[in-house]
Amino acid sequence: MTMSVLMNEEPDHGVRLTEQQVRARRARSIAIAVALGVLVVLFYIVTLVKGPAVLVRPL
Amino acid sequence: MSLTTARAEPSIAGVGDYIELMKPRVMSLVVFTALVGLVVAPGHLHPVIGFVALLCIAVGAGAAGALNMWYDADIDGRMERTAARPIPAGRIEPGEALAFGIMLAAFSVVILGLLVNIVAAALLATTIAFYVLVYTMWLKRRTPQNIVIGGAAGALPPMIGWAAATGGISLEPVLMFLIIFFWTPPHFWALSLYRTEDYARAAVPMLSVVAGPAATKLQILVYALILAPLGILPWVLGYAGFVYGAVAVAGGATFLVLALRVRAEQHGFAASKQLFAFSILYLFLVFAALLVDHMSPALFGHLAA
Repeated sequence: MTMSVLMNEEPDHGVRLTEQQVRARRARSIAIAVALGVLVVLFYIVTLVKGPAVLVRPL
Repeated sequence: MSLTTARAEPSIAGVGDYIELMKPRVMSLVVFTALVGLVVAPGHLHPVIGFVALLCIAVGAGAAGALNMWYDADIDGRMERTAARPIPAGRIEPGEALAFGIMLAAFSVVILGLLVNIVAAALLATTIAFYVLVYTMWLKRRTPQNIVIGGAAGALPPMIGWAAATGGISLEPVLMFLIIFFWTPPHFWALSLYRTEDYARAAVPMLSVVAGPAATKLQILVYALILAPLGILPWVLGYAGFVYGAVAVAGGATFLVLALRVRAEQHGFAASKQLFAFSILYLFLVFAALLVDHMSPALFGHLAA
Protein backbone atom coordinates (compact mmCIF):
# COMPACT_ATOMS: atom_id res chain seq x y z
CA MET A 1 0.00 0.00 0.00
CA THR A 2 1.45 3.38 -0.95
CA MET A 3 0.94 6.85 0.53
CA SER A 4 -0.79 8.02 -2.63
CA VAL A 5 -3.48 5.40 -2.13
CA LEU A 6 -3.92 6.57 1.44
CA MET A 7 -4.16 10.22 0.38
CA ASN A 8 -6.85 9.49 -2.20
CA GLU A 9 -9.17 7.78 0.29
CA GLU A 10 -12.34 9.53 1.36
CA PRO A 11 -12.20 10.57 5.02
CA ASP A 12 -14.04 8.13 7.27
CA HIS A 13 -17.00 9.85 8.93
CA GLY A 14 -17.97 6.72 10.89
CA VAL A 15 -21.36 5.10 10.99
CA ARG A 16 -24.38 7.34 10.57
CA LEU A 17 -27.44 5.77 12.14
CA THR A 18 -30.80 6.02 10.47
CA GLU A 19 -33.76 7.32 12.43
CA GLN A 20 -35.02 3.77 12.91
CA GLN A 21 -31.63 2.58 14.19
CA VAL A 22 -31.44 5.47 16.65
CA ARG A 23 -34.93 4.72 17.96
CA ALA A 24 -34.14 1.02 18.31
CA ARG A 25 -30.86 1.75 20.13
CA ARG A 26 -32.59 4.14 22.52
CA ALA A 27 -35.27 1.55 23.30
CA ARG A 28 -32.62 -1.11 23.95
CA SER A 29 -30.65 1.25 26.19
CA ILE A 30 -33.75 2.06 28.23
CA ALA A 31 -34.58 -1.66 28.55
CA ILE A 32 -31.04 -2.40 29.82
CA ALA A 33 -31.29 0.48 32.31
CA VAL A 34 -34.66 -0.78 33.57
CA ALA A 35 -33.31 -4.33 33.90
CA LEU A 36 -30.31 -3.09 35.91
CA GLY A 37 -32.59 -0.97 38.11
CA VAL A 38 -34.85 -3.98 38.77
CA LEU A 39 -31.79 -6.05 39.69
CA VAL A 40 -30.60 -3.43 42.20
CA VAL A 41 -34.06 -3.13 43.79
CA LEU A 42 -34.38 -6.93 43.86
CA PHE A 43 -31.10 -7.38 45.75
CA TYR A 44 -32.03 -4.55 48.13
CA ILE A 45 -35.46 -6.02 48.96
CA VAL A 46 -34.12 -9.58 49.33
CA THR A 47 -31.43 -8.28 51.69
CA LEU A 48 -34.17 -6.65 53.81
CA VAL A 49 -36.32 -9.80 53.71
CA LYS A 50 -33.51 -12.18 54.63
CA GLY A 51 -31.79 -9.90 57.08
CA PRO A 52 -28.55 -11.35 58.47
CA ALA A 53 -29.50 -14.72 56.94
CA VAL A 54 -28.74 -13.32 53.49
CA LEU A 55 -25.27 -14.85 53.69
CA VAL A 56 -26.52 -18.24 54.88
CA ARG A 57 -27.16 -20.54 51.94
CA PRO A 58 -27.28 -24.15 53.11
CA LEU A 59 -27.62 -26.86 50.50
CA MET B 1 -7.69 -0.70 -2.74
CA SER B 2 -9.83 0.75 -0.04
CA LEU B 3 -8.89 1.36 3.55
CA THR B 4 -12.47 1.35 4.73
CA THR B 5 -13.40 -1.96 6.28
CA ALA B 6 -16.80 -3.58 6.10
CA ARG B 7 -18.85 -2.80 9.15
CA ALA B 8 -21.83 -4.77 10.39
CA GLU B 9 -25.02 -2.85 9.77
CA PRO B 10 -26.14 -1.18 13.05
CA SER B 11 -28.91 -3.16 14.65
CA ILE B 12 -32.56 -2.30 14.20
CA ALA B 13 -33.62 -4.87 16.77
CA GLY B 14 -36.20 -3.51 19.16
CA VAL B 15 -36.97 -4.65 22.69
CA GLY B 16 -39.85 -6.71 21.32
CA ASP B 17 -37.46 -8.74 19.17
CA TYR B 18 -35.41 -9.69 22.23
CA ILE B 19 -38.59 -10.61 24.10
CA GLU B 20 -39.59 -12.78 21.12
CA LEU B 21 -36.19 -14.52 21.36
CA MET B 22 -37.20 -15.63 24.85
CA LYS B 23 -40.25 -17.54 23.53
CA PRO B 24 -42.78 -15.84 25.83
CA ARG B 25 -45.57 -18.38 25.19
CA VAL B 26 -43.35 -21.29 26.21
CA MET B 27 -42.12 -19.20 29.10
CA SER B 28 -45.66 -18.64 30.39
CA LEU B 29 -46.28 -22.40 30.68
CA VAL B 30 -42.88 -22.87 32.33
CA VAL B 31 -43.62 -20.14 34.88
CA PHE B 32 -47.08 -21.51 35.58
CA THR B 33 -45.92 -25.09 36.22
CA ALA B 34 -42.99 -23.79 38.31
CA LEU B 35 -45.44 -21.67 40.32
CA VAL B 36 -47.54 -24.75 41.06
CA GLY B 37 -44.45 -26.71 42.15
CA LEU B 38 -43.45 -23.82 44.38
CA VAL B 39 -46.87 -23.28 45.96
CA VAL B 40 -47.80 -26.94 46.61
CA ALA B 41 -44.42 -27.64 48.22
CA PRO B 42 -44.54 -28.02 52.01
CA GLY B 43 -43.25 -25.30 54.30
CA HIS B 44 -43.33 -21.55 54.02
CA LEU B 45 -41.47 -19.46 51.48
CA HIS B 46 -41.43 -15.68 51.76
CA PRO B 47 -43.44 -14.24 48.82
CA VAL B 48 -40.51 -12.05 47.76
CA ILE B 49 -38.18 -15.06 47.61
CA GLY B 50 -40.89 -16.97 45.72
CA PHE B 51 -41.18 -14.10 43.24
CA VAL B 52 -37.40 -14.03 42.76
CA ALA B 53 -37.41 -17.79 42.14
CA LEU B 54 -40.15 -17.50 39.49
CA LEU B 55 -38.41 -14.54 37.86
CA CYS B 56 -35.15 -16.50 37.62
CA ILE B 57 -36.96 -19.54 36.23
CA ALA B 58 -38.70 -17.32 33.64
CA VAL B 59 -35.43 -15.67 32.61
CA GLY B 60 -33.68 -19.07 32.52
CA ALA B 61 -36.42 -20.39 30.23
CA GLY B 62 -35.98 -17.27 28.09
CA ALA B 63 -32.24 -17.92 27.90
CA ALA B 64 -32.87 -21.48 26.71
CA GLY B 65 -35.30 -20.13 24.09
CA ALA B 66 -32.80 -17.54 22.84
CA LEU B 67 -29.99 -20.11 22.59
CA ASN B 68 -32.35 -22.48 20.78
CA MET B 69 -33.23 -19.76 18.26
CA TRP B 70 -29.53 -18.95 17.81
CA TYR B 71 -28.64 -22.56 16.98
CA ASP B 72 -31.75 -23.31 14.93
CA ALA B 73 -31.80 -20.09 12.88
CA ASP B 74 -31.02 -22.02 9.68
CA ILE B 75 -33.91 -24.49 9.98
CA ASP B 76 -36.24 -21.82 11.41
CA GLY B 77 -35.75 -19.90 8.18
CA ARG B 78 -36.91 -22.89 6.15
CA MET B 79 -40.08 -23.49 8.15
CA GLU B 80 -43.23 -21.47 7.57
CA ARG B 81 -44.11 -21.54 11.29
CA THR B 82 -40.77 -20.06 12.38
CA ALA B 83 -39.51 -18.06 9.38
CA ALA B 84 -40.61 -14.75 10.94
CA ARG B 85 -38.53 -15.25 14.10
CA PRO B 86 -36.04 -12.40 14.75
CA ILE B 87 -32.88 -14.16 13.47
CA PRO B 88 -34.15 -15.69 10.19
CA ALA B 89 -36.09 -12.47 9.53
CA GLY B 90 -32.79 -10.54 9.84
CA ARG B 91 -33.77 -8.32 12.76
CA ILE B 92 -31.22 -9.83 15.17
CA GLU B 93 -27.74 -11.14 14.34
CA PRO B 94 -27.02 -14.74 15.48
CA GLY B 95 -24.11 -13.51 17.60
CA GLU B 96 -26.36 -11.05 19.41
CA ALA B 97 -28.81 -13.83 20.25
CA LEU B 98 -25.99 -16.07 21.46
CA ALA B 99 -24.59 -13.35 23.75
CA PHE B 100 -28.09 -12.49 24.98
CA GLY B 101 -28.86 -16.15 25.77
CA ILE B 102 -25.57 -16.81 27.56
CA MET B 103 -25.93 -13.64 29.62
CA LEU B 104 -29.50 -14.45 30.65
CA ALA B 105 -28.58 -18.04 31.51
CA ALA B 106 -25.65 -16.94 33.67
CA PHE B 107 -27.63 -14.22 35.46
CA SER B 108 -30.69 -16.40 36.13
CA VAL B 109 -28.69 -19.34 37.53
CA VAL B 110 -26.33 -17.22 39.65
CA ILE B 111 -29.11 -15.05 41.09
CA LEU B 112 -31.29 -18.09 41.83
CA GLY B 113 -28.31 -19.65 43.63
CA LEU B 114 -27.47 -16.48 45.57
CA LEU B 115 -30.96 -15.37 46.55
CA VAL B 116 -32.93 -18.65 46.77
CA ASN B 117 -30.90 -21.86 47.02
CA ILE B 118 -28.22 -23.90 45.29
CA VAL B 119 -30.38 -26.95 44.51
CA ALA B 120 -32.90 -24.87 42.55
CA ALA B 121 -30.04 -23.10 40.73
CA ALA B 122 -28.42 -26.42 39.84
CA LEU B 123 -31.74 -27.72 38.48
CA LEU B 124 -32.24 -24.54 36.43
CA ALA B 125 -28.72 -24.84 35.00
CA THR B 126 -29.43 -28.50 34.17
CA THR B 127 -32.70 -27.53 32.45
CA ILE B 128 -31.05 -24.87 30.28
CA ALA B 129 -28.11 -27.13 29.43
CA PHE B 130 -30.40 -30.06 28.64
CA TYR B 131 -32.63 -27.97 26.36
CA VAL B 132 -29.74 -26.35 24.50
CA LEU B 133 -27.06 -29.05 24.41
CA VAL B 134 -29.06 -32.30 24.51
CA TYR B 135 -32.31 -31.35 22.74
CA THR B 136 -31.35 -28.50 20.38
CA MET B 137 -27.79 -29.38 19.42
CA TRP B 138 -27.75 -33.15 19.74
CA LEU B 139 -31.18 -34.76 19.32
CA LYS B 140 -33.41 -32.43 17.33
CA ARG B 141 -31.77 -33.01 13.94
CA ARG B 142 -30.78 -36.62 14.56
CA THR B 143 -33.64 -38.71 15.89
CA PRO B 144 -37.45 -38.85 15.90
CA GLN B 145 -37.13 -39.37 19.65
CA ASN B 146 -35.93 -35.74 19.87
CA ILE B 147 -38.96 -34.37 21.66
CA VAL B 148 -39.40 -37.49 23.81
CA ILE B 149 -35.99 -37.15 25.48
CA GLY B 150 -35.79 -33.39 25.03
CA GLY B 151 -39.16 -33.10 26.75
CA ALA B 152 -37.36 -33.62 30.05
CA ALA B 153 -36.20 -30.00 29.89
CA GLY B 154 -39.77 -28.71 29.70
CA ALA B 155 -40.81 -31.06 32.50
CA LEU B 156 -38.26 -29.81 35.05
CA PRO B 157 -39.75 -26.38 36.02
CA PRO B 158 -42.17 -27.73 38.70
CA MET B 159 -39.19 -29.53 40.26
CA ILE B 160 -37.24 -26.26 40.24
CA GLY B 161 -40.19 -24.51 41.90
CA TRP B 162 -40.41 -27.27 44.52
CA ALA B 163 -36.66 -27.15 45.13
CA ALA B 164 -36.83 -23.35 45.48
CA ALA B 165 -39.38 -23.77 48.29
CA THR B 166 -37.90 -26.78 50.08
CA GLY B 167 -34.25 -27.00 49.07
CA GLY B 168 -34.80 -30.60 47.91
CA ILE B 169 -36.86 -32.99 45.79
CA SER B 170 -39.48 -35.63 46.69
CA LEU B 171 -42.01 -37.89 44.94
CA GLU B 172 -44.66 -35.19 44.31
CA PRO B 173 -42.51 -33.00 42.03
CA VAL B 174 -41.28 -36.16 40.31
CA LEU B 175 -44.93 -36.98 39.49
CA MET B 176 -45.39 -33.46 38.10
CA PHE B 177 -42.24 -33.99 36.04
CA LEU B 178 -43.58 -37.30 34.69
CA ILE B 179 -46.96 -35.77 33.75
CA ILE B 180 -45.27 -33.08 31.61
CA PHE B 181 -42.72 -35.59 30.28
CA PHE B 182 -45.42 -37.94 28.95
CA TRP B 183 -47.60 -35.03 27.83
CA THR B 184 -44.88 -33.55 25.58
CA PRO B 185 -44.71 -36.22 22.80
CA PRO B 186 -48.45 -36.38 21.98
CA HIS B 187 -48.59 -32.57 22.18
CA PHE B 188 -45.80 -32.04 19.62
CA TRP B 189 -46.67 -35.03 17.46
CA ALA B 190 -50.24 -33.74 17.10
CA LEU B 191 -48.71 -30.49 15.81
CA SER B 192 -46.23 -32.30 13.57
CA LEU B 193 -49.04 -34.25 11.86
CA TYR B 194 -50.31 -31.09 10.18
CA ARG B 195 -46.85 -29.51 9.88
CA THR B 196 -45.11 -32.55 8.35
CA GLU B 197 -44.10 -30.72 5.16
CA ASP B 198 -42.67 -27.86 7.18
CA TYR B 199 -40.51 -30.21 9.26
CA ALA B 200 -39.51 -32.22 6.15
CA ARG B 201 -38.41 -29.01 4.36
CA ALA B 202 -36.17 -28.21 7.33
CA ALA B 203 -34.93 -31.85 7.47
CA VAL B 204 -36.03 -32.19 11.08
CA PRO B 205 -36.68 -35.92 11.63
CA MET B 206 -39.99 -35.59 13.44
CA LEU B 207 -41.80 -38.90 13.83
CA SER B 208 -44.42 -37.91 11.24
CA VAL B 209 -41.65 -37.20 8.71
CA VAL B 210 -39.60 -40.33 9.37
CA ALA B 211 -42.24 -42.93 10.20
CA GLY B 212 -45.36 -41.47 8.61
CA PRO B 213 -48.74 -40.42 9.99
CA ALA B 214 -50.02 -43.91 10.91
CA ALA B 215 -47.06 -44.69 13.20
CA THR B 216 -47.25 -41.19 14.69
CA LYS B 217 -50.94 -41.56 15.47
CA LEU B 218 -50.28 -44.91 17.15
CA GLN B 219 -47.51 -43.38 19.27
CA ILE B 220 -49.81 -40.49 20.23
CA LEU B 221 -52.36 -43.03 21.45
CA VAL B 222 -49.74 -45.01 23.40
CA TYR B 223 -48.52 -41.88 25.17
CA ALA B 224 -52.12 -40.79 25.87
CA LEU B 225 -52.73 -44.22 27.43
CA ILE B 226 -49.74 -43.63 29.73
CA LEU B 227 -50.57 -39.98 30.43
CA ALA B 228 -54.23 -40.42 31.44
CA PRO B 229 -53.61 -42.74 34.44
CA LEU B 230 -50.36 -40.93 35.30
CA GLY B 231 -52.33 -37.69 35.58
CA ILE B 232 -54.65 -39.30 38.13
CA LEU B 233 -51.78 -40.69 40.24
CA PRO B 234 -51.30 -37.59 42.49
CA TRP B 235 -54.94 -37.98 43.56
CA VAL B 236 -54.69 -41.78 43.97
CA LEU B 237 -51.55 -41.41 46.10
CA GLY B 238 -53.23 -38.78 48.27
CA TYR B 239 -51.10 -35.82 47.17
CA ALA B 240 -54.13 -34.02 45.73
CA GLY B 241 -57.82 -33.87 46.57
CA PHE B 242 -61.18 -34.25 44.90
CA VAL B 243 -60.96 -31.24 42.58
CA TYR B 244 -57.68 -32.44 41.13
CA GLY B 245 -58.99 -36.02 40.81
CA ALA B 246 -62.11 -34.89 38.93
CA VAL B 247 -60.13 -32.65 36.56
CA ALA B 248 -57.46 -35.32 35.95
CA VAL B 249 -60.04 -38.05 35.24
CA ALA B 250 -62.16 -35.87 32.92
CA GLY B 251 -59.09 -34.35 31.23
CA GLY B 252 -57.36 -37.70 30.77
CA ALA B 253 -60.53 -39.27 29.33
CA THR B 254 -60.96 -36.37 26.88
CA PHE B 255 -57.28 -36.63 25.91
CA LEU B 256 -57.75 -40.34 25.19
CA VAL B 257 -60.92 -39.79 23.16
CA LEU B 258 -59.19 -37.12 21.06
CA ALA B 259 -56.14 -39.38 20.57
CA LEU B 260 -58.49 -42.14 19.35
CA ARG B 261 -60.13 -39.66 16.95
CA VAL B 262 -56.69 -38.68 15.63
CA ARG B 263 -55.94 -42.38 15.09
CA ALA B 264 -59.24 -42.88 13.25
CA GLU B 265 -58.90 -39.73 11.10
CA GLN B 266 -58.38 -40.65 7.45
CA HIS B 267 -58.53 -37.24 5.76
CA GLY B 268 -57.60 -33.77 6.94
CA PHE B 269 -56.17 -32.72 10.28
CA ALA B 270 -59.18 -31.50 12.26
CA ALA B 271 -58.69 -34.09 15.02
CA SER B 272 -54.93 -33.42 15.21
CA LYS B 273 -55.51 -29.69 15.57
CA GLN B 274 -58.15 -30.37 18.20
CA LEU B 275 -55.80 -32.63 20.18
CA PHE B 276 -52.98 -30.09 19.95
CA ALA B 277 -55.23 -27.30 21.28
CA PHE B 278 -56.72 -29.52 23.99
CA SER B 279 -53.30 -30.76 25.13
CA ILE B 280 -52.37 -27.21 26.14
CA LEU B 281 -55.66 -26.83 27.98
CA TYR B 282 -55.16 -30.23 29.66
CA LEU B 283 -51.77 -29.31 31.10
CA PHE B 284 -53.05 -25.95 32.27
CA LEU B 285 -56.16 -27.47 33.89
CA VAL B 286 -54.28 -30.27 35.65
CA PHE B 287 -51.75 -27.88 37.19
CA ALA B 288 -54.41 -25.28 37.97
CA ALA B 289 -56.38 -28.00 39.77
CA LEU B 290 -53.31 -28.88 41.84
CA LEU B 291 -53.07 -25.23 42.79
CA VAL B 292 -56.77 -24.91 43.65
CA ASP B 293 -56.68 -28.12 45.65
CA HIS B 294 -53.73 -26.91 47.64
CA MET B 295 -55.07 -23.42 48.26
CA SER B 296 -58.65 -24.34 49.14
CA PRO B 297 -58.53 -27.41 51.39
CA ALA B 298 -61.23 -26.05 53.68
CA LEU B 299 -63.59 -25.39 50.79
CA PHE B 300 -63.19 -28.66 48.97
CA GLY B 301 -62.06 -31.02 51.72
CA HIS B 302 -65.59 -32.13 52.65
CA LEU B 303 -66.36 -33.07 49.03
CA ALA B 304 -63.58 -35.63 49.04
CA ALA B 305 -64.91 -37.29 52.20
